[in-house]
Amino acid sequence: MAYEKVNELNLKDTELRLGLPGTGQVKEEKEVSCVRSNKRQHQSDNEEESTPPTKTQIVGWPPVRSYRKNNNSVVSYVKVSMDGAPYLRKIDLKTYKNYSELLKELENMFKFTIGEYSEREGYRGSGVVPTYEDKDGDWMLVGDVPWDMFTSSCKRLRIMKGSDALALDSAL
Amino acid sequence: MPEDDEDQSPPSDLRSQPPCSPNKSRNCISSSSSQTFPDHVLENVLENVLQFLDSRCDRNAASLVCKLWWKVEGLTRSEVFIGNCYALSPARLTQRFKRVRSLLLKGKPRFADFNLMPPDWGANIAPWVSTMAKAYPWLEKVDLKRMFVTDDDLALLAESFPGFKELILVCCEGFGTSGIAVVANKCRKLKVLDLIESEVTDDEVDWVSCFPEDVTCLESLAFDCVEAPINFKALEGLVGRSPSLRKLRLNRFVSLEELRRLLLLGAPQLTSLGTGSFSRGDQSDEQGPPDYAAAFRACKSVVCLSGFRELMPEYLPAILPVCANLTSLNFSYANISPDMFKPIIHSCHKLQIFWALDSICDEGLQAVAATCKELRELRIFPFDPREDSEGPVSELGLQAISEGCRKLESLLYFCQRMTNAALIAMSHNCPELTVFRLCIMGRHRPDHVTGKAMDEGFGAIVKNCKKLTRLAVSGLLTDQAFRYMGEYGKLIRTLSVAFAGDSDMALRHVLEGCPRLQKLEIRDSPFGDVALRSGMHRYYNMRFVWMSACSLSMGCCKDVARAMPNLVVEVIGSDDDDENREFVETLYMYRSLDGPRKDAPQFVTIL
Repeated sequence: MAYEKVNELNLKDTELRLGLPGTGQVKEEKEVSCVRSNKRQHQSDNEEESTPPTKTQIVGWPPVRSYRKNNNSVVSYVKVSMDGAPYLRKIDLKTYKNYSELLKELENMFKFTIGEYSEREGYRGSGVVPTYEDKDGDWMLVGDVPWDMFTSSCKRLRIMKGSDALALDSAL
Repeated sequence: MPEDDEDQSPPSDLRSQPPCSPNKSRNCISSSSSQTFPDHVLENVLENVLQFLDSRCDRNAASLVCKLWWKVEGLTRSEVFIGNCYALSPARLTQRFKRVRSLLLKGKPRFADFNLMPPDWGANIAPWVSTMAKAYPWLEKVDLKRMFVTDDDLALLAESFPGFKELILVCCEGFGTSGIAVVANKCRKLKVLDLIESEVTDDEVDWVSCFPEDVTCLESLAFDCVEAPINFKALEGLVGRSPSLRKLRLNRFVSLEELRRLLLLGAPQLTSLGTGSFSRGDQSDEQGPPDYAAAFRACKSVVCLSGFRELMPEYLPAILPVCANLTSLNFSYANISPDMFKPIIHSCHKLQIFWALDSICDEGLQAVAATCKELRELRIFPFDPREDSEGPVSELGLQAISEGCRKLESLLYFCQRMTNAALIAMSHNCPELTVFRLCIMGRHRPDHVTGKAMDEGFGAIVKNCKKLTRLAVSGLLTDQAFRYMGEYGKLIRTLSVAFAGDSDMALRHVLEGCPRLQKLEIRDSPFGDVALRSGMHRYYNMRFVWMSACSLSMGCCKDVARAMPNLVVEVIGSDDDDENREFVETLYMYRSLDGPRKDAPQFVTIL
């Protein structure tokens, strides 16, 4: 099946499928109501550890009340928009450990290359600028604050490109 | 003491007939026989004596002496505890006890907290409120756990009890801020409004403004679980006109700056403080950041500190002035690293209760062990509650705690790695342990050093901790672990088992060996019909048994239900077609004086 390129996006990248965006292997997470443990699970557990891709999340395990889970927000999905793209994506910020992982993922997802980041000048050279909306509703440049602070304050991402980005580039 | 909180004997005191049989006349004073004093004099004497009995256990015992004592005890019991709302009907309560001022009621089984039960299972407070509205117009206190409470229920409560003083809702749901508003507004004598770990819907009602405008009687106001913004100005006004306020637990919609203002208003009286978000909004600093430590310096009486819902770690040192006085500290909503944590805990010498996330790491636990020699209760929750998460705490932290905190009584510990050696050490170092709940988050995980099952570790705990009343096990466990439990766990009242054991024998060991077992909750373990049948001699003496995703057949459950008419046997289904099901998805059974409930939803089958 041939995938068309629309607006420089490879649609294969934006097709709906189970799995986290950007991951090459298909990682399926599905909720099951229980796991039959009539047989010893011991061996199958070892198997699970050596073949990582498929992992089943067990309902209610570990036994932490959802109230606590919500508060700690281990998963934080944010919308990602790219100027000119037909629709948005969603990514889980907690799956990345630092800015370079995140940016690399964004580059893969939207098929662009980002310039080099410098504290003083922002992203130079590519005409693409990653920005994010923080808790206060302000649009900030990605990369200025420490990673942990970024993940807890980032509400959504916007990849600016084209004329907007150029204006930003030259203004800085 | 945990024992005082729980019903030890079967609810014989709630039977409508007194326990004394006609033949047992030696100690009985029957109304028809001749005696020295008229009945009513004896009754009066007894009343005056029995009113001093507070403990539930003592009262239960007293009511079994004879008919008269049974009757008088029923007249003088002012606080009633019902551990399972379906064990009896509201009518029975009001028939047996005539002058109740305080009701403690528990509803759903604990495993419902972990989505193991569909919603709308029951535990509605409505019939209780409506019955008590007529029978106990002087009711002062209602304390509910895992009950379904609607706004209408709260409204009825507020209207029906003019002297109402204390409302405590723990792990409840079904109501919203509009229900709270009615309680705030109508209960003019309200002293305690504690909403703890409950789900409260945001009806966009300004409930804080609904308190009466004159001086209030409020002593405790806890709303840290309310996920809705509040009118801060109204809260300030409320705190200002509540001179008796000792406990205040704010929700995360109160900022650090607002907290500071509240503390300047009412800090000196507060003994318990929930700090809200502990973060600042984006305010411009006029002359540098405000002095939050000064606000905490004013908190001379605070001994219990919690909150930190959206902690900005750079402000944490502001609490240092109160640390030396703290007996209870709850950091379990704050992602605090060891480096941030150590300077704080270093000052907490008097700490007895400590809750935190595992983000403090083994290093943080070592710091706790070094400083908190008075520690009685420790709870470590996972920041990342998944089976395959990193797990920053391990046997090292547990070992350190066992060596440093010898007075430990209660432990809840989530981790990814554990060893038998650490558990054995703890069993020797902490003889005062009454509650031991260890959750190794990876299912069936063995001792990560030896590769063996966790049998010996848990065995040591049940053997050496002679006061143990509550146990939750995890990790790789064979039948041997359960053999130890049956042999040594003579005081165990509550047992939680998940993904453990090899065969029916495991459950049999427990049912045959643990005479004090009251509450048994099991999930995903290979226990079947033989095991279930082996416990028939015990089920009337237990509060409940929960078994989900085990190997029980419908036929066996039906047999048990048939053999034990006072046992309500609920089978809670799943989406699968019942016919094809080999095993019952969930069995929940409990003794009841009034037969099966009438409000069971469709997915519950009562056998």
